[in-house]
Amino acid sequence: MKRAFSSDLALCRRLAGLALLCFLPGWARAAELQVPALVEAGQAFSIPLGGSGQATFYLLGPDHVVKRTVNLGSDLEIVSSDVRSAGRYQVILCDTSCTSATFEVRAAQPAHLSFFLHPSRVPVSTPDSIDASAFVFDQYFNLVLTPAAVDFRVTPASGAGFSQRASTRQGVTWMRMNSTPHEGPVRVTAVLGNVDEARVVQQVAGEACRLSMKAVVSGNRVTLETDPVRDCSGNALPDGTVVSFTKLDNAGKSTVDTPIKKGIARMDFSLHGRAQISVACGVVLGNEVALNGKL
Amino acid sequence: MKRGLVAFLALATVVLVAVAWLQSGGLRQHAMFSAVTPEEAVQALMSEIQAHNYQQAYASLDRSSDTDLASFIRDVAGSDGSLRTYSSLQAAEVSPLHADRDQALVRVRMNWSSAVGSLDDVRDLRVRRDGSVWRVVWPKLALPTVPLQVVAVNYLSWDVIGRNTSQNWGAQDVDSPKVRITSMNAIARPGRVVILGEVENEDTVPAYLNVNATLLKADGSPIEEEGSFDLISHVLLPKQVSPYRIDFPGVRMDAVKSVRMDARALLVPASADPVISVSDQALSKDGLNRNVLKGELVNQSGRPVNIAQVLAAYYDNSGKVIWVSDGYVDQALMPQVPVPFAVDIPDDIAAGLKNYRVIVNHYSRLSN
Repeated sequence: MKRAFSSDLALCRRLAGLALLCFLPGWARAAELQVPALVEAGQAFSIPLGGSGQATFYLLGPDHVVKRTVNLGSDLEIVSSDVRSAGRYQVILCDTSCTSATFEVRAAQPAHLSFFLHPSRVPVSTPDSIDASAFVFDQYFNLVLTPAAVDFRVTPASGAGFSQRASTRQGVTWMRMNSTPHEGPVRVTAVLGNVDEARVVQQVAGEACRLSMKAVVSGNRVTLETDPVRDCSGNALPDGTVVSFTKLDNAGKSTVDTPIKKGIARMDFSLHGRAQISVACGVVLGNEVALNGKL
Repeated sequence: MKRGLVAFLALATVVLVAVAWLQSGGLRQHAMFSAVTPEEAVQALMSEIQAHNYQQAYASLDRSSDTDLASFIRDVAGSDGSLRTYSSLQAAEVSPLHADRDQALVRVRMNWSSAVGSLDDVRDLRVRRDGSVWRVVWPKLALPTVPLQVVAVNYLSWDVIGRNTSQNWGAQDVDSPKVRITSMNAIARPGRVVILGEVENEDTVPAYLNVNATLLKADGSPIEEEGSFDLISHVLLPKQVSPYRIDFPGVRMDAVKSVRMDARALLVPASADPVISVSDQALSKDGLNRNVLKGELVNQSGRPVNIAQVLAAYYDNSGKVIWVSDGYVDQALMPQVPVPFAVDIPDDIAAGLKNYRVIVNHYSRLSN
């Protein structure tokens, strides 16, 4: 910890010194530095140095600083690892006086995709419910700001898939789409050249639709059983979904929240005279069953 | 000199024996066995229960009591990890209902302190004269016998595998469940403002839910923020609806311009088991003439439910939620055994309610 702190302190001192160096009034100009205006991230290049003797070379990048003693009269090699981060760089060369130049490092070719697919679950047949966003990065994880074409390939569990192409702006592109009427996983793959990232969104059944139950009376008990509980697109609501039965008879009111098992919900009640029984799933009401008092 | 020493030693022995007798509850026991009124008999019995002297309490009962020691202890001290096992008798109010020469009926209102607050248990006890003293006739705890059976439990349960923290930015995660506040009503009660309503888990996965409300002034600044605490069913299965109530003590309704609601849900492992039915619900009055909603809970699974909480939502003619009340059941819910419950309803709410709905929160030590 202490060592890290002292190394940070040393770096700060060095940077402060360099900043001071940059803004010193009456900056003495040494030999001209000829650097390319634009460099691709991770690409090595050289800077020709005129004169003779030795000088101190500084490279100030967005995330690191390099200090090196160089021989004047030869080419100064900037290695690939020194220009991996995109951004503005400054080179400073000092012997008896100092000179400087700046250049820009831009992201290299796309090599990585960060792909967000939201949400992870979505009810079927919901318009504009699925968002897909892709961020394009180069091999050094610089955001690639130049436009690139990303293909979103959508493959539902059933039915035909489709593909949509979108061009990135400022390194990002997105697509919005409807969920399909059928439940199941939908695989969405973002493809850029030979790079692809896949995500899955689970399409789930919506609200129950046409919820109905039937009653079978046996002695002073009644067995209630729903028809298979489905949404309006015909998808079965998943097991574990709660169905509420309510019975009103001479003994009062009885309620049970019971989960769907194997597609249906079932419950037994004892009967005390005339009974009115209703069923609901969430905020959706089903049919009512009236049983006479001859039980 | 020698006689004086003997007399002193004898006197000291008598004093020490008397002190020991008093310290061991001899006075109380004496009072119990010499209870000269029915109220004294019940009060003495309550003192023994309060001191956890169940054997002595049992010994003081009338011989006509058809309970045994184990049933008596089960009745007063609880069993099977029920809320009563975590409770202690705080106070007992005794009031005579009826008395003649040999028999009396005494009402006792036992106030139990528990981890979830105080619980009242009102019982009408029969007291019989036994010579010069009165003794309580303790009824045997009636436990319905359930036929031997194997209960197949194959309800769905959900487990959650979360995102690995070592994964890159953008790696897919599972979304929190989608919940919706389906109704909200703000009402003024004496000394407080109450926000109540219902919330639904609209998703296909279970949710652990908290509902918070912030009362806002006319300028939009907050007055106070509160959560629903235990007046909600925190774990909601898919499509399950729970009432909620949030109390703001000390806040006046005329100071409130608007309310900001916030329902936060987390994806949690859960089980659809046990199913608890709420049967024979009816509005009535309890022994203290309070409005209550009574009914029975029946655990339909094969495992005991240790602690159950009843949540009731009350609706007016237009279907608006006008009150939410709750009550804990101090008995464990054994499989298939009906257990009675009662929750209080304020008088003015009872006068205006048209309908009600009850759900049950539960806690089981063996839940997985």
